Amino acid sequence: MIANKVVLRFASSLVGQPIIYHLVKEYDLVINILKADINPHQEGYVVLELSGDSENYNRGLKYLRDIGVEVEPLSGTIAWNRDRCLQCGACTSFCPVGALQLTRPEMEVRFEESKCIVCKSCLDVCMARAVEVRF
Amino acid sequence: MAIEKTYEEINARIKRGEAVVVTAEEIIEIVAEKGVEQAAREVDVVTTGTFGTMCSSGVFLNFGHTKPRIKMNKVYLNGVPAYGGIAAVDAYLGATALPESDPENRVYPGRFLYGGGHVIEDLVAGKPVKLEATGYGTDCYPRRRIETWITLSHINDAILFNPRNAYQNYSVAVNLSNRTIYTYMGVLKPNLGNASFSTSGQLSPLMNDPYYKTIGVGTRIFLGGGIGYVAWHGTQHNPCVPRGENGVPLTGAGTLALIGDLKQMKPEWLRGTSYLGYGASLAVGVGIPIPILNEEILLYTTVKDEDLYATIQDYSSDYPNREGSNLGRVSYAELRSGKITVMGKEVPTTPLSSYLKAREIAEILKEWIRSGSFLLTEPVQLLPSVDSGIALKGLEEKKNNG
Repeated sequence: MIANKVVLRFASSLVGQPIIYHLVKEYDLVINILKADINPHQEGYVVLELSGDSENYNRGLKYLRDIGVEVEPLSGTIAWNRDRCLQCGACTSFCPVGALQLTRPEMEVRFEESKCIVCKSCLDVCMARAVEVRF
Repeated sequence: MAIEKTYEEINARIKRGEAVVVTAEEIIEIVAEKGVEQAAREVDVVTTGTFGTMCSSGVFLNFGHTKPRIKMNKVYLNGVPAYGGIAAVDAYLGATALPESDPENRVYPGRFLYGGGHVIEDLVAGKPVKLEATGYGTDCYPRRRIETWITLSHINDAILFNPRNAYQNYSVAVNLSNRTIYTYMGVLKPNLGNASFSTSGQLSPLMNDPYYKTIGVGTRIFLGGGIGYVAWHGTQHNPCVPRGENGVPLTGAGTLALIGDLKQMKPEWLRGTSYLGYGASLAVGVGIPIPILNEEILLYTTVKDEDLYATIQDYSSDYPNREGSNLGRVSYAELRSGKITVMGKEVPTTPLSSYLKAREIAEILKEWIRSGSFLLTEPVQLLPSVDSGIALKGLEEKKNNG
């Protein structure tokens, strides 16, 4: 038996496919959707709690990867260091979920941890290295 | 009757605590409300600001003499090489210098976590910095090697001298290729995935004085949280580019060389930066006061983001190959909205300089002037302007010296 929290990210070409249905029906996995954003014109992501017997779990993950879904474990949390932040806002255009956002018209960078899916897209685009992963 | 004020009159008002000082954002509404003539009569100074990475920056250092003396030939600060080809214990540390042990882009894209800009930030923060230097030994400077720790307050001099800062406008960078590229304009996603830009628009110093009528050699400014001066026009100063109806250049144009005593600056406004796949650098805070000498100068300070345009350039091919082509123009109001349209596609924008911090700098400078602690200086020489005939030269390869 394996149970893990994972982040699935997929391109717009995959958004039309009933991926979750296949995971349940063909791999007999138990799925608890923690967070999701699927937009028919953009890439989508789903944060899942995924459990099942280890063979099915691994086959299910292989199925996901074979069709082009990026699967990453949900690990750690993102810490945003306000004092290090230069307030440029570069990170906000890389954050897929709007957890890092620029307020307008103030143009102030804000971080809402509850929206963060720990995809780490912000880490290396921050010129001040003001975001880091904490475990 | 036309309004005319002199630097002396404005400074007298500053000293009496009577000067009316507003930011380059605030002046827009004031003029909309009161009109140019009344605003020019009432307002004495408009303050500007910008805070972003400015690669052509660095610091001249004098470490003091060792006993016995050394003529430093190679100099390292926290492992970052500084230029030692000047007098015995003088050196120049550049913002983009990297330790020789840095993997650079051998593991692509490199991360460049520590470079000259970070050493400057550490110095300003008062942290001890490791100095290693070697010399070849002379009769007057017999010592060959020194390894010690320095702090900013214990060395003789640290003079920030930035050969090119405060660019008057800059390109918007996009990527037309099908792979992610790593540039000094940040990470650019493939197929027009994002568009990065880097000026504070209506708050930016040279956007508010497009013909350099008040900002010149000797202008006293906010530099790195302390006081600095315009030393000269910056390298690549290029005033003769196409301009809009408001006089503001539509591409990168004027630049400033800035100087100031590092010892009175603050780490908050001089910050080491790391650009993935590109290199290390320094974010510099600059704020420049514009004296409202007359209505014309006031009018220049009323520019709005809606009326300021930047030129879009492809950084996957056109920029690296020095092709002049562009993908059109876009206003700073659009850039700051978060999305622009390029070649019919909606593209998210990536700001690289902080508008919030630019505003904060303009506010700080406003308070300095209001409190009477910061007086304005009249330039001792104006910068080359649109009548200078300057044309930027490229560097061509030659097979011989003919």
